[in-house]
Amino acid sequence: MTTTLLDPTAELQPVARQLNERLSSLVGVTVGLLDISKPRGKEFLDEVESQLTAVGAIVRRYCKPTFTRLAPAELSQQISVECDAVIEGLAD
Amino acid sequence: MHLSQTEPNVYTLVVKKDCATCCLIEPVIVQLSTQLGDGLRVYVQDDPEFPASINDRIDDTSLEFSYQHNIEVVPTLIRFEGGQETERIFGWDKQQWQVFTAIENLGVDLTDFKPGCGSKTQDPGMAEKLALKFGATNFNTRTVDIDEAEDIMEACFDRGWTDGLPVVPPTPLRVIKMLQSTDRRADEILGNIPPDCVSCSVEKAAINAVMAGCKPEYFPTVLATIEAALIDAFCMHGLLCTTYFSSPVVIINGPISQRIGMNSGVNALGQGNRANATIGRALQLLILNVGGGRPGGIDRATLGNPGKYTFCFAEDESDSEWPSLAMDRGFNRDDSVVSLFAGSGVQPIMDQQSRTPQSLAKSLALSLRAVTHGKVFMQTDAILVISPEHRRVFKEGGWNKAKVREVIIEELQMPGEHLIRGADGIAEGIPVQFKNKKVNKFRSDGFHIVAAGGTAGFFSAIIGGWVASGERGSQMVSNRF
Repeated sequence: MTTTLLDPTAELQPVARQLNERLSSLVGVTVGLLDISKPRGKEFLDEVESQLTAVGAIVRRYCKPTFTRLAPAELSQQISVECDAVIEGLAD
Repeated sequence: MHLSQTEPNVYTLVVKKDCATCCLIEPVIVQLSTQLGDGLRVYVQDDPEFPASINDRIDDTSLEFSYQHNIEVVPTLIRFEGGQETERIFGWDKQQWQVFTAIENLGVDLTDFKPGCGSKTQDPGMAEKLALKFGATNFNTRTVDIDEAEDIMEACFDRGWTDGLPVVPPTPLRVIKMLQSTDRRADEILGNIPPDCVSCSVEKAAINAVMAGCKPEYFPTVLATIEAALIDAFCMHGLLCTTYFSSPVVIINGPISQRIGMNSGVNALGQGNRANATIGRALQLLILNVGGGRPGGIDRATLGNPGKYTFCFAEDESDSEWPSLAMDRGFNRDDSVVSLFAGSGVQPIMDQQSRTPQSLAKSLALSLRAVTHGKVFMQTDAILVISPEHRRVFKEGGWNKAKVREVIIEELQMPGEHLIRGADGIAEGIPVQFKNKKVNKFRSDGFHIVAAGGTAGFFSAIIGGWVASGERGSQMVSNRF
C-alpha cells in the first residue's frame, strides 16, 4: 500500500526523484567499474574499461564479494570517495 | 441515500450499541419499527447487528451518514418531511419522543429521561479522519506517493525535505489536524519565502509544521513566527545567504507561551521542550523547503551554528516588576508576541562573585564587549539572556531593568583609539575616523535583555547578532498574535 504525503516544497521540481547531474565530459574523470562477481563480468568490464580509457577517463576496478547480497557499506563508501561516476556490471 | 421530495415523513434514528441509552430504548425502536414500517430508518454506528430485535438496520460503521448529518449524540431521531430534515431530538426524553412521533404510548414502561452518549463521530481524532474521508477537503498541494517498499522516513531524507534530522511524514490527516488549529484559510498566502521568493500558503506552513514535529496547538505561533520573519526589517533573505553564523532566534512572550507549555526556565536555551524545539524548527524547514535555502546552496555560512536546526524559547515573565522584551518593544504583558532576532549561538557568562549591581553590570558589560570581536563596535546587535540569580543581584541592589540596561551600555563605551584598526597590534577594528571619539558597542536599539533560565546558577548568556545589523541588515522584529 502506498502512503500519500503532501509535498512540503515550493513544487519547483518534479515529484519523481531526479537523477544526479550528468557528467559533461569523461576526460580526466574517474569512473569506477563494479564487478558484482557474476561469471564473465570481468570480460565485459574489461571491454568497458578499454573504451572509457580510450576517451580519456581514469578507470578504477571494484568487486563485490558476492552478487547475492548488497555491496558492503565500506565498498560503497570507498567508491563514493574515489570516483566521480560508477558503472555496475549488473545481471548476466 | 437519496430522499426524494415526494416521500412522506420519514424518521431516521442513529444509534450505537456502545451506548446505554440506545440499549435502553431498544423496545422503543421495536415499537417505532412496528408502527412506522418503512417510515423508520435505523442507522447503527458500531455494531451492524444492533438492535437485534428489528430486521432492518442500516450499517453506518463508516460513519458517512452520521458525519454528513452532523450527529453529535446518540440516540438522535430526525424527522424528514418531503426529503428535508425538519427537526431532530436526541437522548431519551419520553414525553418529548411521544410528542415528536405522535405515538402516545411510546416507551411507556421506560424511565422518563436518560441522556444520550457521544456519537462515534465525536471520538478523539475522528473529526479529522472523517473530514478527510467524506468532507470537502481539497489540498492545493500536490501529493507524493511513497511506495510500500520504501521506508517513509528515508523517502523524506531522499527528497531533501529534512534538516538532517528525521521529520514527521506530512500525511494528509496530520496536515488537516494542523490546519484545524487556525481559523485562517488554507489557501491564504503568508508572503514570499526567501531566498527563492516563492509564495507560501497557510497549507504549506502546516505541512512544514507537521514535519518539524509541532502539535496543532503550536500552529498559530508558527504562523506568527513566519509572518515576523517576512517583515522587511528582519532581512530574512540576507540572513539566510550570509557567510556569517547567524540565523533566526525566536522569542515568545505573553500568555501563549504558558498555554502551549514552552520552557523559559531550566535549560531554556537547550533541548527537551517540544514547543521550543519544533516552533523554531518549523521556520527553518519552511525556509529550506519552500524558500529553497539550502546549506551549501544559497546558504553560504562559513561555519553556521547549531541554532540553525532550531532556536526558540520563551521569556520568564514570572517577575511582575521586570518588564519583558515585548513590553520593551511597546506591547502589553497580556499580549502574545513573537520576536525574531538574527542570532549567532550562545556565549556563556559566568559571574559567581558579584553581589552588587555595580560589579555585576561591569562584569556583564566586559563579556558583552567580546560579541563578534573585542574591537568591533556598532556593528553587531546582541541579546543578554539574564538568569534569575543575576536578576536577583540587581533587584536586591535596587536596580530595575532600565537601570541595568543604561549602566551596561555606559560600561561598554570605549575610546576609539583602543578600537581602531591596527590598535594593540591587531589589524581588525573600527575605522580610523573614530580614533578620537567615544564609541558605543551596540546601536541605540541593538541591545536587548531577556529573562530566562533555571533558578540555580550565576550564569547569563549572550546571543550575539549578525554583523549586518540595523537598516543595512537585520533588526529585531516583533509580531503580536
